[in-house]
Amino acid sequence: MNLKWRYLKQNLFLGTATMCVLAIMVSLGGILFYIVENGYQAVNWEFLSSPPRDSMTKGGIFPAILGTLYLTMGAILVALPLGIASAVYLTEYARQGKLIRAIRLGVNCLAGIPSVVFGLFGLGFLVVFLQFGSCILSGALTLGFLILPTIIGASEEAMKAVPQTFREASLALGVSKWRTISRIVLPNAMPGILTGSILGIGRAAGETAPIMFTAAAFFTAKLPSSIFDEVMALPYHIYVLATAGTRIEETRPLQFGTVLVLVALVLGIDLIAIVIRSRMRKRKRW
Amino acid sequence: MKNNSIIDVVDVDFYYGTFQALTDITMNFEKNEVTALIGPSGCGKSTLLRLLNRMNDLIDGSRLVGQVIFEDRNIYAADVDPVEVRRRIGMVFQKPNPFPKSIFDNITYGPKLHGVRKKRDLEDLVEASLRQAVLWEEVKDILNRSAMTLSGGQQQRLCIARALAMKPDVVLMDEPTSALDPISTAKIEELIDELKENYTIIIVTHNMQQAARVSGKTGFFYLGRLIEFNSTEKIFTNPDEKQTEDYITGRFG
Repeated sequence: MNLKWRYLKQNLFLGTATMCVLAIMVSLGGILFYIVENGYQAVNWEFLSSPPRDSMTKGGIFPAILGTLYLTMGAILVALPLGIASAVYLTEYARQGKLIRAIRLGVNCLAGIPSVVFGLFGLGFLVVFLQFGSCILSGALTLGFLILPTIIGASEEAMKAVPQTFREASLALGVSKWRTISRIVLPNAMPGILTGSILGIGRAAGETAPIMFTAAAFFTAKLPSSIFDEVMALPYHIYVLATAGTRIEETRPLQFGTVLVLVALVLGIDLIAIVIRSRMRKRKRW
Repeated sequence: MKNNSIIDVVDVDFYYGTFQALTDITMNFEKNEVTALIGPSGCGKSTLLRLLNRMNDLIDGSRLVGQVIFEDRNIYAADVDPVEVRRRIGMVFQKPNPFPKSIFDNITYGPKLHGVRKKRDLEDLVEASLRQAVLWEEVKDILNRSAMTLSGGQQQRLCIARALAMKPDVVLMDEPTSALDPISTAKIEELIDELKENYTIIIVTHNMQQAARVSGKTGFFYLGRLIEFNSTEKIFTNPDEKQTEDYITGRFG
């Protein structure tokens, strides 16, 4: 009787967990299916390779693709070194105490701040005060700040996961602390750091609010020639077509096509990071 | 006997925060001798071992009073670089801890960072170190394989080889065989016996037979104090202190 009850409970929980997973899979699949179904017809070579035409009711999204790529890469370039350096300080150098706890709390708070606040900060500080203007640099920095907490958190976790015995072994060989970190800790933490960065990349590529004041142009057929140029960007383009355009219904296929491209782009960037990570993992094992 | 000593611990008290882990330790370690440190868990023997190459520095809030003289210099003096101390005084840990690199790279990791660059020199160093650690014959054909694929006993000998590659004067061993099977343990013990020709070895062990087998001198610690420090033979046959006798005959600890 008792045993039967335990089996029942076991199956009940297993069932619930399975249902939860299924629910997630179904909704994820549903979203993807909906996007693909509505968007695939709009996507062709011309759509990917040419700028918008006729008040953005026709033509392609090439400038927006390029802009999003630049902004995302820029954000990673800003956030990865800064984030890793901060995490190195927090986990390896700083004396664990009240101050560090406060800094960590601050970092976590930063992660919870709505992205539009970052956008406004970018506008006030980078665009206006530092007079960068609305450009790739301002947008990449703003996005970089936005994903910084994610990367710091992931890097910290990854570095904490490197066994203390590795550090001891290195230090006991008369190797300095910095070299121990750069030769032992960071290489072994890299796969974990990249995992966290993947999340950041996805977020940076998909955010609209941080770039609408700092980098994104409503429309520009001209491709950027320097980091001080304005660019179009996929999320903002979607926002514009779906809300601010004059022919919202008419451009619906274009909107879905753009969404599809954005999703594919994020997946593509993630894939690169995943491949790099799995290669590193193969090399480093303990 | 005194002038043959390589490390002198003089009036050392050691604290973790407010907890006093060692009280009034004075002892000397002789050159080319194996010295064993024994005592029940928490008696401070590992703490003493780790302060000899300043590994305890890594622990926040640790503090040392007194002096540790290594080659006429107090290694706790303000102008001494702990990194240099650790280069001269190597360490082998309780659990084998090779890096997740190849066997070759494990050995060359330290020397490379200290300026040994030529491929030929590195290869010679790897062979010499592995020979000294009696591992060469087993791994000479698989030097590029990950050290993680070795058995626990082989890993520990690799760690010893890695420490020897830095050409240290002293090798500290913190219960080096406690995670190993009896056959691997026997191999490491043989190795220790050979190493004392060229190195000074200080070994912490929970295994009293091991202390009796490998060491020439033994220090018995209890509650952060050095109770007795004598030749191993004397400690195990006719100790001066009652507490030592009680411990080695298994009456407590």
